[in-house]
Amino acid sequence: MYNPKCETMPREELRQVQLERLQSTLNRVYRNVAFYKTAFDGHGVNLERIKDLQGIRELPFTTKNDLLKSYPYDMFAIPLRDIVRIHTTSGATAKPIVVGYTQNDLRNWRECAARLLTAAGVTQQDVVQIALHYSLFADGFGFHQGAERIGASVIPASLATSVAKQIVIMKDFKTTVLASTPSHALNIAAGLMEAQVPPERLSLRLGLFGGERWSDPLRRQIEERLGITSIDTYGPTEILGPGVAGECHLRHGLHINEDQFIVEVVDPKTLAPVPMGHEGELVVTTIMKEGFPLIRYRTGDITRLNPEPCACGRTFLRMERIIGRTDDLILVRGVGFFPSQIEEIVREFDGISPYFQIILDQEGGLDTIQVRVEISENLPSLDEVKAFESLRLQIAARIKEVLDVEAKVILLEPGSLRQFTGGSERVLDRRPG
Amino acid sequence: MLKILNLDAGYGALRILKGISLHVAPGEAVAVIGANGAGKTTLLKTLAGVLKPREGQIVFDKQDILGWPSEKIVARGCCLVPEGRHVFSSMTVRENLLLGAYCRRRENDAANLQESLEQVYALFGVLKERSNQLAGTLSGGQQQMLAIGRALMSRPRLLMMDEPSLGVAPLVVRDIYETIVTLKRHGLTILLVEQNARAALAVADRGYVIETGQIVLQGPSRQLSDNPEVQRAYLGKEYRSIDE
Repeated sequence: MYNPKCETMPREELRQVQLERLQSTLNRVYRNVAFYKTAFDGHGVNLERIKDLQGIRELPFTTKNDLLKSYPYDMFAIPLRDIVRIHTTSGATAKPIVVGYTQNDLRNWRECAARLLTAAGVTQQDVVQIALHYSLFADGFGFHQGAERIGASVIPASLATSVAKQIVIMKDFKTTVLASTPSHALNIAAGLMEAQVPPERLSLRLGLFGGERWSDPLRRQIEERLGITSIDTYGPTEILGPGVAGECHLRHGLHINEDQFIVEVVDPKTLAPVPMGHEGELVVTTIMKEGFPLIRYRTGDITRLNPEPCACGRTFLRMERIIGRTDDLILVRGVGFFPSQIEEIVREFDGISPYFQIILDQEGGLDTIQVRVEISENLPSLDEVKAFESLRLQIAARIKEVLDVEAKVILLEPGSLRQFTGGSERVLDRRPG
Repeated sequence: MLKILNLDAGYGALRILKGISLHVAPGEAVAVIGANGAGKTTLLKTLAGVLKPREGQIVFDKQDILGWPSEKIVARGCCLVPEGRHVFSSMTVRENLLLGAYCRRRENDAANLQESLEQVYALFGVLKERSNQLAGTLSGGQQQMLAIGRALMSRPRLLMMDEPSLGVAPLVVRDIYETIVTLKRHGLTILLVEQNARAALAVADRGYVIETGQIVLQGPSRQLSDNPEVQRAYLGKEYRSIDE
């Protein structure tokens, strides 16, 4: 255990610590962040009435939309000059959520990531290859800092390295731990097969995965094809990045770093708290963050909490692996986007009707995305096959440019998609699990 | 050892503490820092039973001591070194110290008392040298030592100190803080209230920042020292002269 004193804290002590940290966070955001002052005042919240952890329920929720509207810095609780790092969420929308970290935020993040890696079984003997974004997104950095903190040897392979090269590194550098998205792990597995490298010839023993929802069958597939034990982690960038929660070696749910976060599960429709252990939307309040604190943030992720003590000795609550999403955010290979963004892109092109359909599927375990669009009736030079092909490729290139997603674009006859106007009908998810 | 929940206190119509929650674990040194008038002294006075709180919960050593009279709180092992020392200037140093053991008068025999005295003298050599001198003739720093010594005579498990560096020469502040480190090493639990944030955070394990009667920041001392807001408000960082 990385920090046994903290991770095995008796629940009663933890409640006191959480309450103190919640109260001071609330006092601070009320003073420093206009959004929260307006929100609390608007809901008639008297912060002094929040005298126990249940009191958190009197506070209004914060949504992803609120954060998007705060672009770029309106949610920061500290002047920009005190921010030492800036990350953004992935291209989920045209303008991302901008997240600022202070020196202390980075320190706590390192600590959380170090706990997560230690719980997974990573030690200073390990060689950790990080095949994640090292860019605006927080993913790679979270694992990187945590692994350095516990003294492992870190290879920042990133996603700029091709799969083939990734495999060479893995083999030659004797990588023991891989950190990536589940779908990228499958890319690597496919690459191994292509290069005729059986997993037994690698030193790989452990994989840490996050950044997208992955089913249990997919999990088994990754474990088999890479010959590893897999560990699920949770950490949206807007909350912190990798390190919010993670499985211990027993792999029965993800321990939440409750000294840093207060979690609730609510019914996504009524927003009322569900009974402990029931399914609902995960709501997170940060209680140690200085730069970008969040109060009752609706993650959109569906899960359940498990209050049973874990055999590993940690007293922190566990959440189940993410079951689903409340909204229609589409996650493909670690990149998230909304159908509305596809719509925006499609609308940019002349000769295309606003009707479209997104079909998600899997091929050989990898996510595929197909965007079907309809030609409008008044498209000139209809008979030009070359023009069609060029239009098709232009749309695909634009999607790649804006969303960083490799989509297959299919053009259809006018009128063939008109029935798919509703939000949910426009997306067909055929992926297993 | 000490757990405070939603403490509300003030004077008459004036509300000073607005829902303070904090805790001190056994063996810990905890600092409460804040500007003048933030409510630091009111907090300690309330904990010591000098001021009756309006609302909240104070649990000391698993016992709810809210509303207890001071002498009972001292007898239970929680003692305050008040701001401005408040030594009895017309009494000798030794008499001042013996008064500190007043709450132990029933259990005490002379040998016991003498042992406590020797312990205090070992900590503050100057008090031994001046044991028969009137307390009023001591320097500010020596009076502070006497006030701490007097509190120690009650054999507390939690020592609360209100601005031990106030009105004391800088060199002596160092001495006093070295003594606090020694006491902590001997296993004494300490709750320290200070405007001198730098000194307090240097000895404390954790700290709380209090502003207009509310806690606005808390955390390990190192994190508080590194917090830019604390640095600007309490540690004098980023000071610039006017012509710059």
